[in-house]
Amino acid sequence: MANAFKKFAKSQLAIPLFALLLLIVFNLIRDVGFFSLTITTNNNGNAVFSGNIISILNGASELAILAIGMTLVTASSKGQDISVGASAAIAGSVFVRVLRENQITMPIILAAFLASCVVAIIFGAFNGTLVAVFKIQPMIASLILFSAGRSIAYWINGGATPTVESPLLSYIGSFIPGIPIPTPIIIVILFGALVSLLLRFTNLGLYTQAVGINEKSARLNGINAVFIKLLSFTVLGVCAAISGSIAVSRIGLINHETILLDIEMDAILAVAIGGNALNGGKFSLTGSVIGAFVIQALTITLYAMKIPSTSIKAYKALVIIAIVVIGSPIVRKYALWLRDKLFKKPAKAKQTDENGEFAL
Amino acid sequence: MSNTRGLFAGTQEKKRREPISNTNLLLTITVCIFIGMYALAMLIWGGGFLNPQQFFDIFNNNAFLIVISCGMTIVMIAGGIDISVGGITALVTMACVVYLDDHSGSVIGSVGFALGIGIAFGLIQGVLISYLEIQPFIITLAGMFFAKGMTTIVSAVPRTAIHEAFVALKQFRIVIPGIGSYGKAGNFIPARIESGVIVAIMIVLAIFAILKWTRFGRNLYAVGGNGQSALLLGINVKRTRFYSYLLCGLLSGIGGYVYLSHTGAGNASNATAAEMQAIASAIIGGTLLTGGVGNVIGTLFGLLSLKTISNIVIASGLREPYWQSITTGLMLCLFILLQSLILAIREKGSLQQLLSEWMKIKSKKNTEDLST
Repeated sequence: MANAFKKFAKSQLAIPLFALLLLIVFNLIRDVGFFSLTITTNNNGNAVFSGNIISILNGASELAILAIGMTLVTASSKGQDISVGASAAIAGSVFVRVLRENQITMPIILAAFLASCVVAIIFGAFNGTLVAVFKIQPMIASLILFSAGRSIAYWINGGATPTVESPLLSYIGSFIPGIPIPTPIIIVILFGALVSLLLRFTNLGLYTQAVGINEKSARLNGINAVFIKLLSFTVLGVCAAISGSIAVSRIGLINHETILLDIEMDAILAVAIGGNALNGGKFSLTGSVIGAFVIQALTITLYAMKIPSTSIKAYKALVIIAIVVIGSPIVRKYALWLRDKLFKKPAKAKQTDENGEFAL
Repeated sequence: MSNTRGLFAGTQEKKRREPISNTNLLLTITVCIFIGMYALAMLIWGGGFLNPQQFFDIFNNNAFLIVISCGMTIVMIAGGIDISVGGITALVTMACVVYLDDHSGSVIGSVGFALGIGIAFGLIQGVLISYLEIQPFIITLAGMFFAKGMTTIVSAVPRTAIHEAFVALKQFRIVIPGIGSYGKAGNFIPARIESGVIVAIMIVLAIFAILKWTRFGRNLYAVGGNGQSALLLGINVKRTRFYSYLLCGLLSGIGGYVYLSHTGAGNASNATAAEMQAIASAIIGGTLLTGGVGNVIGTLFGLLSLKTISNIVIASGLREPYWQSITTGLMLCLFILLQSLILAIREKGSLQQLLSEWMKIKSKKNTEDLST
């Protein structure tokens, strides 16, 4: 038991789970009923779950999907893509553009999603080419799309903030009749399962880590590093398309300036809180998804504490700093040293005892 | 041909010509492109570009960005990054306006206040990044969030300063004698610059001197170029990194005050995306995010190029705001590709090969000389 605990404390998931636990405990102390789950009837007459848990899971969907893609990019290319918000805005604009020009039916929604996927993959591949072929740092390479992306999204829809209305769209954005769980949560679960199965049953996960840890030795071992990096950026493009489509489906309109604003920063944070090294190498998708939930739980907690939405960032920053400081290796080392110093005597006494027994 | 080679080889024995460094090469390219671009704009669009005031207005409107970009350049040379500069600028403007108006502060006091905020941010971020070895991106991102959040906590509504002495400072203009334009009535209008521009230029020169001629400046390049070998050379890597963030925080504080002296208003949306513009100008000016290469003069010209491009976009009739960000993106793309291409050629391309071949010939000649 103690051994299992020690193993867990060393694992990558310790920090995000610890942070999540801290938030849960804090909320339970503050308000016992915070995590109560109730069944209510929504406007369409469906019985659905509601409560803070659902709103945390639901609200974090886009972030969780982007965090999955960002983890892969971080692991393979040792950097972060800061253009995901802009890519998602472009993908959402394409989604809306296709929907507006057709009668909205399920195949058309699928086609719109595919179109947005294609566009997002093209932009992902653009970033990927700059990073993999031209050897530009990811953050710099994506700075181009970061500064131009939202303008391209604006241009796609001719400069308006168009709306699309259809009950079919609300199936994606909120609930499918008969299923009490919001659809975005289901999409996250499906997508997460798909990606992790893909990584588990192919060599892609291993190759991604290998490229991130040491690109040169990966190449010498016959791994096509350029292809792996490019692939991770295309996956991130797909992630951006999915989250952009979800965000559009939720509210039925697209505002290129505000859709998924600052989500790139949150996605990188989710990756970091998930215990992944931001300079590449080993990664854990589970950690990043939990990191996304931590961020959303924090936001919901702060809202519940009646903190105005504009100043929420300041408190968020304090919590983030606290988490990364606790998680930093140097602080951990110091804490261990302190523990050894404080509880040295009993441990030493025991040791001599054991030695004595051994001598006998 | 052989004669010149012999001549060259002769001089090389005495004094070997050093190839131009990466820093200087990238700087030269940026300066040339800026001058070429501005000259082209003067020729094609004339009008506003011929008016010196428009040139000085680039400085007037972006003095704060120059100061911030200097800080960003320092951090980037040392191999880090600071996302919090825009947030600190916004916080400084708001805090100073509230201090001046609600607490009847003095101008000197508000300057001190601005510097204090900047130093406090730099201090905390520097300690966390260099001594606790946390990734700079995360810490400074949290710093940006904190600064932006604090700005709205200090005052949720935008404020405009009405403090008398400060308003006088804000409206203070320096007239440049002899340079100016003729108004519609044929009267001479001299060009004017704001006090913030003087501060910005002085800071650029000071940082240039620090980077070029002080031990700290050279340490920054060493740490950014290769932290491990800098450590082996006996450089205090952690302290150098710490000072780079401290300096960047201080410059952000100054930048915030310069911003305030330009607009006179505190607003949470002040200096939005300033950090990205600062990074972009540093990159265009030849600073590499990997560290070890860069120059503040380059950053200044990078910023000027960026702003000239948006002026050209406006002059050519594309007035919708989205064209500006698209051209900024395109220009960044161009510069980034150019840089990576040049550096790749220098690293393993024709230049190096040429040089080694040349040396081969020389060595052969030497052996011949020896044999005879």
